Amino acid sequence: MCSWREPLVLAALLAAGAAQAAEGVGRPATPAELRAWDIDVRPDFQGLPRGSGSVLRGQELWDAKCASCHGTFGESNEVFTPLVGGTTAEDQARGRVAALTGNGHPQRTTLMKVATVSTLFDYIRRAMPWDAPRSLSDDDTYAVLAYLLNLGDVVPSDFVLDQDSIRAVQQRLPNRNGMTRAHGLWDVKGKPDVRAVACMKDCGPEPRVASTLPDFARNAHGNLAEQNRTFGPVRGADTTRPAGAARTGAPAAAPAAVKPAAGLTLARASGCLACHDVEAKRLGPSFRDLKARYAGDAAAAAKLAARVRGGSQGAWGPVPMPPQRQVAEGDVDTIVKWVLEGAR
Amino acid sequence: MPSKSARILRAPENFLTQEQITEVSAGRRSFLRRAFLAAGGIAAGAVAVRAGAAPVGAPAGDPAILERQPWNTSLGKPVAARGYGLPSPYEANLQRRESPGLTRVNAASVSFAPLQGLFGIITPSGLHFERHHQGWQDVDPAKHRLMVHGLVRQAKVYTMDDLMRLPSVSRIHFIECGANTGMEWGNVAVPTVQYTHGMLSCSEFTGVRLSTLLDDCGLDRAKGRYVLAEGADGSGMTRTVAIDRALDDVLVAWGQNGEMLRPENGYPLRLVVPGVQGVSWVKWLRRIEVGDQPWATKDEAIHYVDLMPDGRHRQYTSIQEAKSVITTPSGGQVLVEQGACEVTGLAWSGRGKIKRVDVSFDGGRSWTPARLETPVLSKALTRFSVSWRWDGRAALLQSRAVDDTGYVQPTTRLLREVRGTRSIYHNNAIQTWRVDPNGEVSNVQLA
Repeated sequence: MCSWREPLVLAALLAAGAAQAAEGVGRPATPAELRAWDIDVRPDFQGLPRGSGSVLRGQELWDAKCASCHGTFGESNEVFTPLVGGTTAEDQARGRVAALTGNGHPQRTTLMKVATVSTLFDYIRRAMPWDAPRSLSDDDTYAVLAYLLNLGDVVPSDFVLDQDSIRAVQQRLPNRNGMTRAHGLWDVKGKPDVRAVACMKDCGPEPRVASTLPDFARNAHGNLAEQNRTFGPVRGADTTRPAGAARTGAPAAAPAAVKPAAGLTLARASGCLACHDVEAKRLGPSFRDLKARYAGDAAAAAKLAARVRGGSQGAWGPVPMPPQRQVAEGDVDTIVKWVLEGAR
Repeated sequence: MPSKSARILRAPENFLTQEQITEVSAGRRSFLRRAFLAAGGIAAGAVAVRAGAAPVGAPAGDPAILERQPWNTSLGKPVAARGYGLPSPYEANLQRRESPGLTRVNAASVSFAPLQGLFGIITPSGLHFERHHQGWQDVDPAKHRLMVHGLVRQAKVYTMDDLMRLPSVSRIHFIECGANTGMEWGNVAVPTVQYTHGMLSCSEFTGVRLSTLLDDCGLDRAKGRYVLAEGADGSGMTRTVAIDRALDDVLVAWGQNGEMLRPENGYPLRLVVPGVQGVSWVKWLRRIEVGDQPWATKDEAIHYVDLMPDGRHRQYTSIQEAKSVITTPSGGQVLVEQGACEVTGLAWSGRGKIKRVDVSFDGGRSWTPARLETPVLSKALTRFSVSWRWDGRAALLQSRAVDDTGYVQPTTRLLREVRGTRSIYHNNAIQTWRVDPNGEVSNVQLA
């Protein structure tokens, strides 16, 4: 008869084998290494560093480093979803944001959702500003968070946020009671909340189409004929033409994809398009505007290349461009030349 | 059952007018003859005909056969002309693509895999979907480290040299973004399966089991209940994984489809969390911390939380429940011809293996079991197919997955009854494609 112990013994042996295989591989982490990387802050504030920052100091930092993406009041929807808005004094008292029920508020802002103030501190410190993460000191982080909380009416304008006062702030977060873990989608053995039945015939009501893509959106994702193979059992629909007039297949022989300019490819690969666009002003000036300003300036190429490499601020407003050291020198020159030739 | 062989018709310019489709659909052979005559002498034209069906009065045969082609009358390119091979230029249409307007900045965005043109279950690494929160980086493997610490006997640091000396396993798993199909909760929003379901890929991953590393560091099994995984990129991506799962089948992986991970997929090291949404598969993995509480990081407290009708957010939703979608024919495609049509698609479950896939052609009134192609693996994509004969009439195509826990993929209606329409995440509803009499296939939702 099979012993129940055998599988256990086998499992123990296998685990021991794995541990043995790893023996002597890797080395102990030093205290300095742990300090350098272990920067996470938990909801119980484990990991929170000492420090402090005022709303006033936060405003200075905000205007210099945050407002370009998030708006002067944290309200901007231009680059990311808004941080502030949609919460009330009643929400703060209750710890639940009323606007999350029903369809009253179109955008869900960060302060409508977040239930743990530690989340905001942790993320600002580890990842903000977006184009220069890990550049804020602990005090800066407290200050920026204090200002953000002030924009959301969670703290008054003379507030100073520190490792102690942050605990009281947690008790004022508008949606602090708004999360639930009562669902089956986390635990390995979690039970599903939706129970469907696999009916095979005469199922459900007669089907009725309730939603389709509107005609004006037919070509919104580009010509679908060019997003499908040009042979086989199906073609992509030619969405440059109305549905009734559909023609199938790519309009020309297959390898017709227009190759983007080398400069554009390089600019995209180098991350320039995160802040610049060919035509439109984004965080930084458009490439066309750059060309217009520097037309006829013989020294422009060297000047711009130096700014890309070393960073720049003031030439196009207060938003700084951080040094782009990840771009190889030759690539910088190619991109700058392409920009000055009109970015075509 | 005898069936007509699949017949593919290509007009000289590789497309057909609506009238021509109508003619072919109606089975009018006169069209064939005329197209054939028109194609005579034009090298680009090719019309495939069934054996014994050569029209009277036609030229001697297909110019693609009768005429010599450049590729059989010249010297080919040498070996190693490309040190790393590339797809044929004729495949240039199949690219990963962004959905216009979905995000404002392309370094915090998504590109979708072209599921409409893929075969089998493995996603080519270059077409794997992308989701970055602060752009992707080229990490120098010589400078990459993995730190394991927290509730362990000894906090340790591993180099890539160290990790790749350890016993490794290779496993095929799907990865799906929790927000896949997220644009479709309320209504139809995007045209094709690339955009409805393309935040989905499947690869063979190679790496060391996380449990091996945790054991090596002396995991405190009494107190350690969660691990935090952190990436080395600028977003410092962090996600909590419960210890039961971390010790189950989670890998610290460097290999993907036989080569190293692609930079966009976390080169040189990423977490593989089978069955769980992609955001937990932390890329550029540099740190594992063991703790006794979850961390409520930004992507588990502000994003990746599922809004329910009562105004609460579900936190730490992770499992990707059973789901399936027909990839051919699918939205934005056109059926060229009536008759034989192989309907094929993908099914997957974050809870285990796919047990069955049913396909409906009448909007869910009746269902037929599909064939499952092997291999059928746990927490991996499974390819299914059904042979169908399209009679030129409108049809509503659906597929429905059942996994080995008995869970049945729900209809949109049923899913909404429980979760409303504003969850964003974890939409695993049955997808409906409408086939119109003109052959065009489009994305629709049923009441």
